[in-house]
Amino acid sequence: MSAILPLRLEEVSFAAGGRAIIERVSLVLEAGPSSIILGANGAGKSVLMRLMHGLLAPTAGRVAWSGEGARRRQAMVFQRPVMLRRSAIANVTYALEVAGVPAAERERLATDALSEVGLRNVARRPARVLSGGEQQRLALARAWALHPEVLFLDEPTASLDPGATREIETIIKAFDAAGTKIVMSTHSLGQARRLGDEVIFLHQGRVAERAPIDRFFPQPASPEAVAFVKGELPWA
Amino acid sequence: MLDAILSGLGLVATLDLRLWEIVGLSLAVSLSAVALATLLGLPLGAAIAVGRFPGRQAVIVVLNALMGLPPVVVGLFVYLLLSRAGPLGELGLLFTPQAMVIAQTVLVLPIIAALARQSVEDAWREYEEQLRSLGVEGVRGAFTVLWDIRFSLLTAVLAGLGRASAEVGAVMIVGGNIDGVTRVMTTTIALETSKGDLPLALGLGMVLIAIVLALNTAAHLVKDAAQRRFG
Repeated sequence: MSAILPLRLEEVSFAAGGRAIIERVSLVLEAGPSSIILGANGAGKSVLMRLMHGLLAPTAGRVAWSGEGARRRQAMVFQRPVMLRRSAIANVTYALEVAGVPAAERERLATDALSEVGLRNVARRPARVLSGGEQQRLALARAWALHPEVLFLDEPTASLDPGATREIETIIKAFDAAGTKIVMSTHSLGQARRLGDEVIFLHQGRVAERAPIDRFFPQPASPEAVAFVKGELPWA
Repeated sequence: MLDAILSGLGLVATLDLRLWEIVGLSLAVSLSAVALATLLGLPLGAAIAVGRFPGRQAVIVVLNALMGLPPVVVGLFVYLLLSRAGPLGELGLLFTPQAMVIAQTVLVLPIIAALARQSVEDAWREYEEQLRSLGVEGVRGAFTVLWDIRFSLLTAVLAGLGRASAEVGAVMIVGGNIDGVTRVMTTTIALETSKGDLPLALGLGMVLIAIVLALNTAAHLVKDAAQRRFG
């Protein structure tokens, strides 16, 4: 099985309703370092990840994966997890079924994934009655079971309390340790420091700066990033 | 008036055989029609909700408009199809309970399909990104959503059942209101009222309302329990 990374974005643009949201972004994402996408609200973080993941088609430019079958070897976790009205474990086995995993193996893989995120004891509970933090962990378990090569996370802890956030971050680190490439957007600079190896900083639909984490925060190079890190209003 | 109501109740209470045959046939016809319309209407509604094809908006408008089909017009249409000279005349179905099931299915199908289309479309908006991310597409997506909102869809099925059990025009035309063969509650009520036999008409009216109420109560309880169970 050849790797699907690196992922190449070539002059990718996306417009909706006559408004440019992503403008001529060219990027190469390599296996390995966890990439954090930073930027103010409306900078285009979510749209950029959806373009990478293939949920949106670029209006110009090209998104190119390196290997075959890229669709099946990536997963995405959204800000608000969407769970089916069935048990927690059934949500995971459903994803495995869709991915073409033989019926005999689904239960075991799903149980392993639930153990990984600490939800094994609620496996039979209906997914929709779990707490917000548990549902997000279940979304991560669903991704874990698929062993993706790349995991996209769109502000996965934006609506969670600090305790639940810590749990989610631990699981994301486990993905990284297991060799999954992490691509995550966040509003939390602390979270970016804890989980990231590099920052892709978006400003008004363009990549204003890309730098290693330990360089970006002390010494952002672009004026927009300087303002963002200092917490100034980027439009002022 | 009071006398008529009392004798109507008496007929119901004494389990008048003639009355219960009529009630039984009514239920058999309407429930069969709703079952058929559900089987066809839910996938149809889901397909329109999830599918993207040219003319989709027009299809939705037409489908919604068909919810208001006048029963007598449906009856006439099915009558023409099944009449001896019609395209399906050889089946010999006219003036049989089967013909009534066909007519009511045609009547109810747009109601169930249109309401299901709306429910599935609303749910699809919530599910679409997640399902597409998992690699779910097309038919599988439609059935996943249908199954997931199955308890909400009860409302669509009930609307269809309400329509089927309440209509007179279609069953009258294709069934012919033949005593002991195709006479159902609504056609009997119409006939007996015109003949002046108010007790039977009233008795049947009360049974009809009680049945509709009971079915709706049951559905409500199921939906409520499911909501608490699955969230």
